[in-house]
Amino acid sequence: MDKVKCDCGHLNPYGTIICEACGKPIQEESPEKLLNMRYEGTARRSQTYNTNVVDKIWNFFSSVKVGVWLIVITLIASAIGTIFPQQMYIPPTANPAAYYEKEYGMLGEIYYILGFHNLYSSWWFVLLLGLIGVSITVASIDRGVPLFRSLRNQRVAKHDNFLKKQRMFAVSKRPEDEEQFMEEILFRLKEKRYRVRREDNSILAEKGRFSRWGPYVNHVGLIIFLLGSMLRIVPGLYLDEDMWIREGETKAIKGTDQEYYLKHDKFTFEVYDKKEERFSEALNRVQQPVPKNYQSDVTLYKADEKLPGAKPDLSEVKDYSIQVNKPLEFDGYSLYQVDYRQEMRYMHFELQNAETEEAVGSFSVDLLNPKDDFDLGDGNRVELEGYYPDFYFDKETKKPATKTNIPNNPAFIFKMFTPETPEGEVAFIGIRQNLDPSGDNQYKVAFNGIDTEFITGLTVKKDYTLPIILIGGIIFMIGVVQGLYWNHRRVWVKVKEEDVWMAAHTNKNWHGIRRELDDITVKLNMKQLVDQQEESKKA
Amino acid sequence: MAQLSSSLLYIAFFIYFTATILFVVSLTVKEKDGTKSNKWGKWGYILSIIGFICQLGYFITRWIAAGHAPVSNLFEFTTFFGMMMVFGFIIIYAIYRLNVLGVFAMPVALLVIAYASMFPREIEPLIPALQSNWLKIHVTTAALGEGILAISFVAGLIYLVATIDQSKGSKKTGWLEFVLYTLLSTLGFILVSIGFGTANYQASFEWVNESGNQAELVYHMPAIAGPHDGVQLTEGTFGPLFEAPAWMEGVDAPKKLNTFIWALFSGLILYLLLRLSLRKRLGAALKPLMKNINTQLVDEISYRSIAIGFPVFTLGALIFAMIWAQAAWTRFWGWDPKEVWALITFLFYAAYLHLRLARDWHGEKSAWLCVLGFVIIMFNLIAVNIVIVGLHSYA
Ligand code: HEM
Repeated sequence: MDKVKCDCGHLNPYGTIICEACGKPIQEESPEKLLNMRYEGTARRSQTYNTNVVDKIWNFFSSVKVGVWLIVITLIASAIGTIFPQQMYIPPTANPAAYYEKEYGMLGEIYYILGFHNLYSSWWFVLLLGLIGVSITVASIDRGVPLFRSLRNQRVAKHDNFLKKQRMFAVSKRPEDEEQFMEEILFRLKEKRYRVRREDNSILAEKGRFSRWGPYVNHVGLIIFLLGSMLRIVPGLYLDEDMWIREGETKAIKGTDQEYYLKHDKFTFEVYDKKEERFSEALNRVQQPVPKNYQSDVTLYKADEKLPGAKPDLSEVKDYSIQVNKPLEFDGYSLYQVDYRQEMRYMHFELQNAETEEAVGSFSVDLLNPKDDFDLGDGNRVELEGYYPDFYFDKETKKPATKTNIPNNPAFIFKMFTPETPEGEVAFIGIRQNLDPSGDNQYKVAFNGIDTEFITGLTVKKDYTLPIILIGGIIFMIGVVQGLYWNHRRVWVKVKEEDVWMAAHTNKNWHGIRRELDDITVKLNMKQLVDQQEESKKA
Repeated sequence: MAQLSSSLLYIAFFIYFTATILFVVSLTVKEKDGTKSNKWGKWGYILSIIGFICQLGYFITRWIAAGHAPVSNLFEFTTFFGMMMVFGFIIIYAIYRLNVLGVFAMPVALLVIAYASMFPREIEPLIPALQSNWLKIHVTTAALGEGILAISFVAGLIYLVATIDQSKGSKKTGWLEFVLYTLLSTLGFILVSIGFGTANYQASFEWVNESGNQAELVYHMPAIAGPHDGVQLTEGTFGPLFEAPAWMEGVDAPKKLNTFIWALFSGLILYLLLRLSLRKRLGAALKPLMKNINTQLVDEISYRSIAIGFPVFTLGALIFAMIWAQAAWTRFWGWDPKEVWALITFLFYAAYLHLRLARDWHGEKSAWLCVLGFVIIMFNLIAVNIVIVGLHSYA
């Protein structure tokens, strides 16, 4: 399309409303109306072309109306997602199809069928975020580029119609000494930290132009943030693994490709002491113990050059106490304290005379690695005939069985040998059970204490997308502060044959610019600038 | 120290109360020289600052007594939020010097603080997840942002009271009455709590609580809504009229629901009493107070406080929150309901800024949005804790 030449000689892009240089309204509207200063009346692509498909798509995404709708739809969808818990917050063993119906009735069922139980990772929610991203990008380019052009090309001397049609405008008496007046007003404007330019009898005073770029900066930050959070799907950038380690155990850290090993030295679980005075009132009210600390003392090792198949040599890297809020960090990995379990580990028994309960010897069973045979000396001996770490009685086979390999409810079948009973006697021992199947045993195995052991639950994380996301967040913050805490103010002064014209514009905070200019006009004995928009409203 | 701390809070409360009265007076007296500020308003402002300093004293002494920043349960957080509202008011008043702002901002802050003190006030120990400096920074900054945003609600409300046509009833006057009624409900809740508290009312139920355990639930107000499948243990007490639905899963949800119903009910009674004695809509009764108000300025204040509050809120409620969550929960974002509602608040104000800047939503439309924004903030503070279980429902 052809460029549009203004009377002042400046060539404007096709579609321009107000000349970039002198501010003369190119598409003259009704004479009384104020100028629409939005984007300086520049030629925005979306306002200029609307013929082919590309134009239509561009115009769709550049519309703030569309942008706000996208934001509002996302907002409402997010809210719906909080009505019932998301799938990740329901018990992991529950079947979601049944769970939502059982817990929340018909509404729950509908919720599940519509996919709201996994809302935030659903394709359409991600698509919404993507559309917002596209919209931000298109809208920013559509406005930012012409705005930048126009602000760079603006001239000091503006067309009369430009000044007259500003929201803040006044005509004052022509000063007697023009030079002195010019110097004085320049001084006053500089005093208010305006950057001033003068051309003959015209002045342009401007400040805070950088705040105009605030929205564009914050939108760039948002885009970086959005892209950063999607990068997680790229292999190698993100790792999230859980691991359990017992006290005393050394394990390769998951996801490190056997490069790092961790030894769990000791686990600490503390609760607040009710006697601690400042908290005693609250602790007595809640009754239950309040946890104070979960801590795994660990040692981190690095494997030296490993030969295939051979056990690696480990060299110690550091000792650390992992606590909630204090992950262990090394080489891009973080290890978090997330869970713990306490398990029975050693069970201690005594072999006793069934009648006198006199002990003839004692032994301990390692519940994870039980020995078969315990020699108690003096010809006394116990054999482990059967071990059921997680005991239950199977009604079909009519035999003891185990649910899992975890010693939650250990039960044993022992065979006891003594010099008096060389044939051996059988006993069944479980928690709070001590059966004598034959009914006439001379000896018995008695429970004599238990050792428990902590197993810590750690999460291994590596997330190379975090710095990108953080940078996006920082840029966003810089942008919003830049755009919202400062504003772009301009004042034009033009000394004419008979009078002095003064006009002003700010992109926001009219109260602020009015106070500033009132101060100047009073000092210079000029007419106070009138807010023509308010005047027209009153009329 | 703890004793001194709570005394300071009481003192602050009464100073705020006095400041409110001075601001009201400042609207009724004729301004002799025609300037906006007068000496009543000036003293109201000075008292607001003194009250704020007292409350800051409360905050610091409680911090010393507890050994951690007092923003770790609902009482502490809500009190702090009230304090940040006053702070937001102090900032905005310094810019615009508009007395009518005090007439609404101070009572709303008073309501928030009084509401806070209905929760258990003892100093509580911190569970491990809350033992983090980032948590303090996150919570205080978020509350500051919300406090400043609350001033936009105040300005929006003033705009609506001043401009809505009260000559005949309409949808708008209806909604305005509704907003005023919710404020009265908060007052009602406080009065009812104090009332039954003084009478030492108790009724207990046996029920299966949110974690699936048999437990006893003690009501301190007559049970309108009882626990789901609850069995009454106390004899001769009132109700319950019906049972709370099973899907309310917050800690002690039925009791909170019951309290909520009492709040609505007492608010209704207060509203009707006022309405009958004034013989007109509350909006209509307030409107004459606003006759000298520059509504355009009020409109600008409502926008300005969002412009100032939005970045602070984003920094505190989203960015600092993410930094803390990354350390405490291994991920910076987990779609926990409270997190989601902070995001909703953020999106809402972002939409507001765009509508205002690019689609010229000024004046009344903008004022309604300011009110709605505050509703979202309060929803996140109150309702999310009641209805939804999440990581934040610690109080
Ligand atoms: C959650 C997403 C978004 C956030 C947080 C955001 C944030 C902002 C902020 C803070 C401003 C400055 C407002 C003011 O100065 O009052 C702004 C301006 C703007 N935004 Fe967004 N925005 C978002 C999405 C969008 C979308 C989807 C569009 C698409 C149409 C868009 C288009 C614009 C435009 C056109 C401006 C005005 C720019 C100017 O005046 O130069 N924004 N945005």
